[in-house]
Amino acid sequence: MTVRTDALPTQEMTINMGPQHPSTHGVLRVILTTDGEVVTRAVPDVGYLHRGLEKIGERVTYAQFMPFTDRLDYLAAMNCNCAWAWAVEKLAKIEVPERAEYLRVIVCELNRISSHLIAFGSYTADMGAFTPFLYAIRERERVNDLFEMLCGNRLTYNYARVGGVSGDAPPGFLEKTKEFLDYFEPKLDEYNNLISYNKIFVHRLANVAVIPAEEAVAYGLTGPNLRGSGVPFDLRKDEPYSVYPKFDFKVCVGTGERGTPGDCFDRYMVRINEMRESVRIVRQAVARIPDGPVMAKVPRLFKPPAGEAYFRSECPRGETGIYLISDGSVNPFRLKIRTGSFVAMNIFEKVTRGLMIADIVAVIGSLDIILPEIDR
Amino acid sequence: MSHDPAHGTPPGKGGAGASAPFVASAALGPEAHVMVGNADLFVNWARKSSLWYLLFATACCGIELMQAGASRYDLDRFGAVFRATPRQSDLLLVAGTITHKMADRVKRLYEQMPEPKYVIAMGSCANTGGPFYKDSYCVVKGVDLLIPVDVYIPGCPPRPEALIDGIMKLQKIIMQRKNYGAKA
Amino acid sequence: MEAQAIFDTLKGKFGDAVVELQGEGFSPAFVVVAPAAVKEVSRFLKEDPGLSFDVLMCLSGVDYKEKFAVAYHLHSLKRRHAIGMKAFLPRETPSLPTVDDVWPGANFHEREAFDLFGIVFEGSKDLRRILLPEDWEGHPLRKDYKYPDFYHGIKV
Repeated sequence: MTVRTDALPTQEMTINMGPQHPSTHGVLRVILTTDGEVVTRAVPDVGYLHRGLEKIGERVTYAQFMPFTDRLDYLAAMNCNCAWAWAVEKLAKIEVPERAEYLRVIVCELNRISSHLIAFGSYTADMGAFTPFLYAIRERERVNDLFEMLCGNRLTYNYARVGGVSGDAPPGFLEKTKEFLDYFEPKLDEYNNLISYNKIFVHRLANVAVIPAEEAVAYGLTGPNLRGSGVPFDLRKDEPYSVYPKFDFKVCVGTGERGTPGDCFDRYMVRINEMRESVRIVRQAVARIPDGPVMAKVPRLFKPPAGEAYFRSECPRGETGIYLISDGSVNPFRLKIRTGSFVAMNIFEKVTRGLMIADIVAVIGSLDIILPEIDR
Repeated sequence: MSHDPAHGTPPGKGGAGASAPFVASAALGPEAHVMVGNADLFVNWARKSSLWYLLFATACCGIELMQAGASRYDLDRFGAVFRATPRQSDLLLVAGTITHKMADRVKRLYEQMPEPKYVIAMGSCANTGGPFYKDSYCVVKGVDLLIPVDVYIPGCPPRPEALIDGIMKLQKIIMQRKNYGAKA
Repeated sequence: MEAQAIFDTLKGKFGDAVVELQGEGFSPAFVVVAPAAVKEVSRFLKEDPGLSFDVLMCLSGVDYKEKFAVAYHLHSLKRRHAIGMKAFLPRETPSLPTVDDVWPGANFHEREAFDLFGIVFEGSKDLRRILLPEDWEGHPLRKDYKYPDFYHGIKV
């Protein structure tokens, strides 16, 4: 007996996901080729938020570019602010007062918490659980309050300056930060009880889109996505900058807790655990912050010497590398920003092959991409 | 609900501009006119109280939009809940930068929405191009180059309070709408 | 391994294809190589056990006005060292071999350099515009780029 395979001819179907889609975390477009419910190919199409930041950087001065770094990654604007400041300081060899570095570390880690909260909240919402999202925003609002106290804005801070920070912490800020940490730390256990080990949630994430360690390295993944694959690499530890060497914290890696190392669940858990480590860092920084000035003497229109520098810093979505070329004038000659999300998008097509359509959403959320970082 | 003189033309003063429904209601007597005016009020009130907005978050303002919709600011109080599809939305909240690559999609989303539809441009980018106005080569300098806008909310990004104020302004606009009776 | 030692190793292996070391004022230092040799040098940098640059951190196009360049920032997770590699290209025909079969992560970076600078990576598995629309004219990050007046009837 022969089985006729041509009796029911089927053909692949192309589906457009995005650029307007609630689960793509912005204006990402994915062109899915599907065979039934199985995705045979998912090609990301990015650039819907390309605002030409690198060209703008060549047309403004070093100090004027600071507000644009807010819009580079608006969920972690403090980290981008500080990355830009550190990069320019590396290029121009500027010494920064220690109190300013402590303040930068405090705001960076607080922003890492609030960014991971959005990652956690929106991810659970994508997976069908809307309530944890409200919990995450509840906590995030408190971080926003702290930042508002510090620099007057909730989302785009423009707080760091080349040579320091724009202002010292107002009276009561450090106490309020401590209060927040005491409030927030038990909440992480609450999240774990609420959703992390929920059976349905684990089933949606475990063993989905496994990225083996070698592959993660070959594709240049960084940040939680790399650590989720079990590679203990953290720029704060391995290429320390600022005052990070003075703090005691642990690098969280994925262990294959509920499935294979490097699956969506591991990347999710790395973020939850990193929030705990950030709390530890902020606690130490608040306890040990020295007195002193918060701004070095830097002329407003300063000219760094001609040269090239590449600065890497650990942002919530991976390494933000800033490649700066100076020709000795007041504007950068060329500025290139390498971001974690951009690189994570490169591996997307590979890890989504053979998944179900619903899992695509799980992959996007677990890579924690943000579109302005990809498109710049 | 009382009769609001601002709605509809009083009987006998319609003149040449009076349209067919008005004439019909005049034939039924003055009470019918009161009823037509109140129908406007009723429909507008219903519309303003269930402003479903499209979750169209392209950039930074989208995060403030999310936070406005969540625990602390609770946009649901105004009957404004987010929808994932334009087919179910009354309000297009353009929250963020629109680039030239995105421009056609914005138009299409607007066209897919059922009437009556409203647009709020949230934040500087949607208003004018914002910080990218001068030096960017690929940002549309204001979403009103693409689609008609009812309310502009300044800010980069606007605070949730500003967004709520914008939505209340839009509700006022909706209350002035004439659906029945004579067209001015 | 220090930049000078890496440069000497490469010089000994590839001879004239390795042009110079840009050390002073550069952080990290750059090894300048001839564009035609980029792929062989890359493969050696990745596979040599003493170097083992397993991560391509960043790949950037640069317009130095009289010529183009492609700058590679490499990092080794095994050896914990970093180096830059640079290839200068003529302005008229900026093209060089792709490295996406050495580091698969290079593809998006190369597409970006192609999109914004018009640098062609020969043998690339997928070289299309990535950030700008397909029908965009010109390459915006070139220094002589003129902003268009209109795109699809909308003022730019």
